[in-house]
Amino acid sequence: MDTEPLLHVEGLVKEFPAGASALTGRAGGVVHAVDGVSLDVAPGETLGLVGETGCGKSTLARCVARLLEPTGGRVVFDGADITHLSGARMRPLRRNLQMIFQDPFGSLNPRRRVGAIIGDPFAIHGLGGRAVRKGRVQELMELVGLNPEHYNRFPAEFSGGQRQRIGIARALALRPRLLVCDEPVSALDVSIQGQIINLLADLRTEFGLTYVFISHDLSVVRHVSDRIAVMYLGKIVELAPSEVLFERPRHPYTRALLSAAPVADPDAADSRRRVILGGDVPSPVAPPSGCRFHPRCPKAREDCALTEPPLEPVLGDPDDHRAACWHPLQAGEDLTAAPAPLPGGVR
Amino acid sequence: MALLEVEDLRVSFDTPDGVVRAVRGLSFTLAAGSTLGLVGESGSGKSVAVQTITRLTRGADVGGRVVLDGVDLLTANEEELREVRGARIGMIFQDPLSSLHPYHRIGWQIEEIIRAHEDIGRAAARARAADLLGLVGIPRPETRVDDYPHQFSGGMRQRVMIAMAMALSPEVLIADEPTTALDVTVQAQVLDVMRRLQEEFGTAIIMVTHDLGVIAELADDVVVMYAGAAMERAPRRELFYRYHHPYTEGLLTSLPLRGEASGRLRPIPGSPPSLIAVPPGCPFAPRCQYAFERCSITPPLAAVLADPRHQSACWLPADRPRQESAEEAA
Ligand SMILES: Nc1ncnc2c1ncn2[C@@H]1O[C@H](COP(=O)(O)OP(=O)(O)OP(=O)(O)O)[C@@H](O)[C@H]1O
Ligand SMILES: Nc1ncnc2c1ncn2[C@@H]1O[C@H](COP(=O)(O)OP(=O)(O)OP(=O)(O)O)[C@@H](O)[C@H]1O
Ligand code: SF4
Ligand code: SF4
Ligand SMILES: [Mg+2]
Ligand SMILES: [Mg+2]
Repeated sequence: MDTEPLLHVEGLVKEFPAGASALTGRAGGVVHAVDGVSLDVAPGETLGLVGETGCGKSTLARCVARLLEPTGGRVVFDGADITHLSGARMRPLRRNLQMIFQDPFGSLNPRRRVGAIIGDPFAIHGLGGRAVRKGRVQELMELVGLNPEHYNRFPAEFSGGQRQRIGIARALALRPRLLVCDEPVSALDVSIQGQIINLLADLRTEFGLTYVFISHDLSVVRHVSDRIAVMYLGKIVELAPSEVLFERPRHPYTRALLSAAPVADPDAADSRRRVILGGDVPSPVAPPSGCRFHPRCPKAREDCALTEPPLEPVLGDPDDHRAACWHPLQAGEDLTAAPAPLPGGVR
Repeated sequence: MALLEVEDLRVSFDTPDGVVRAVRGLSFTLAAGSTLGLVGESGSGKSVAVQTITRLTRGADVGGRVVLDGVDLLTANEEELREVRGARIGMIFQDPLSSLHPYHRIGWQIEEIIRAHEDIGRAAARARAADLLGLVGIPRPETRVDDYPHQFSGGMRQRVMIAMAMALSPEVLIADEPTTALDVTVQAQVLDVMRRLQEEFGTAIIMVTHDLGVIAELADDVVVMYAGAAMERAPRRELFYRYHHPYTEGLLTSLPLRGEASGRLRPIPGSPPSLIAVPPGCPFAPRCQYAFERCSITPPLAAVLADPRHQSACWLPADRPRQESAEEAA
């Protein structure tokens, strides 16, 4: 990458107190929600973030958008270190750094009119008088495909897809440079999902927007992203240009994830060899030693449980393809033929 | 011969806002040992339709016929229905927690199901419960029977649900979005379990989902629902590669299929109609790019296409030109 990254994340850590466990009655421990994540996002680029429930995608997104304060590491936005900025010091930067959320229902106040919701950022930043604001809000509504005449309606009068558009309009109000999208289409039906994805693509072309795009739907992420980061238990296990990740995954978890995702194409579905992982994702309170994936990994060997593999180019890959694995997949290697995981999994 | 036949099923709810016509004349057949995929977007009536099969939609106004082995379940009495529920038709619901009792051990809950239908002792029922948990891939089933639902992860709870639904080896398993709340790797585990159970017991499955990927993976036949009615019915390949109905086409072109990295999606514009005031004629007409005059006046009948198992409720000619199909794109 020769340009300065718009977003630079280095060794980011976010921990939460785990609280008392209902099962063991033991108090405490720490949830290692994000555990040492580093990545760069170039201006105009879309970085996809995939991984299963609880792997830390939302926490990472909220730290990056500084809705949460990181426990450790650094977040640098447009050259400024924002890791520990207070709310007040963050405000001028907030214009350029916005987030849209998964739940189009929960993130809108039901008692406020849509015009007021979308106009919030103008009010917060004291921009424009009433009439000017209304004009700008209606422009935004039109931009995201809402009827500007519905300015005075309440969120409940809109469908799920329309509510997501309201969230997008609000996030776009101040022409941000970076938009962090946390599962923006996951709650929507496919036909509406397609409408929103096209809208985000148009906005990117029109305003040169940069996105961090989170989804657990691999085909959606592949469609929108230039590069993709795969997360597992608080860490990035593989990072690569989209097509490379899909064509030549190096990390066994990436391969398992790709092979598990259902594809709406019977021929592809029938010819595919699925890697069915055993067990469930372990708890981020006590992540497994060494490589965190080792209890479920079909390629795990003794050494995997001992030392954590670094995220770096493997098997002679170029610098933009990194995987954290001691025994990465060779081109064409068949994971379904790999030996069974270690009995019971070594902790 | 069909094991289960649903004929012109109609279900409506009288609400303060008006009559909600959730299912409006749905017909399909399920062959023994086969998998039928019921696909459609949120609110299209999938759950209401399958719940009505075992008459679980209370307070609803129901019409049509649901014939299991020659007996119409819609006119059966409570006692006959009890014999059918669980024993001949097993069900897995959209939300696993709502159907597992939180304060009872998992094993006990499975034993209760077995003992309600069979004259069998506690110990034997318990052994069966453990067997069933093992069958759905729960490790150490002999000890896990003593655990409570909250001690299982989401994917395991869903497998426990499958174990319960399969406890009496039903001929039909109705699975309503059994994997929607699960992660892909766990979803793959659960679908794998269902596939293996089907092979072992020859169970026929009605798989309700909004995920065309799940349908492509395991349905033999597919029914595409929209606004409470079937738009298209066809064997799996026929549906994906030779679909006829514009709604099916819209669903498929909305998807970022196999992710041609760029290229725009072609989603369906607008949103589904209210089920209180479904437009006359074809319910899809307001969103259909091919709609012509007749469409909004007269509802199309399910016309049979070249393959007699393929039907489409659309006025367009059988050999209509389609947008590039998935096959051509591949
Ligand atoms: N405020 C919090 N307090 C305690 N634990 C938290 C908090 N927020 C998140 N966690 C935990 O941190 C981990 C990561 O959660 P996060 O929401 O970032 O995951 P995610 O990848 O976004 O998952 P999903 O796909 O379900 O949205 C989880 O184990 C979660 O339970
Ligand atoms: N008890 C009820 N009273 C009134 N309306 C109902 C009732 N149950 C369902 N409906 C309505 O019937 C329609 C069909 O609902 P249903 O739950 O079958 O949809 P679905 O296809 O399963 O959707 P989803 O994919 O969201 O589960 C919806 O409009 C719903 O609001
Ligand atoms: S380091 Fe070992 S356990 Fe981890 S992914 Fe690679 S092979 Fe599997
Ligand atoms: S009947 Fe008419 S409106 Fe309905 S799907 Fe066919 S072409 Fe479209
Ligand atoms: Mg999340
Ligand atoms: Mg449903």
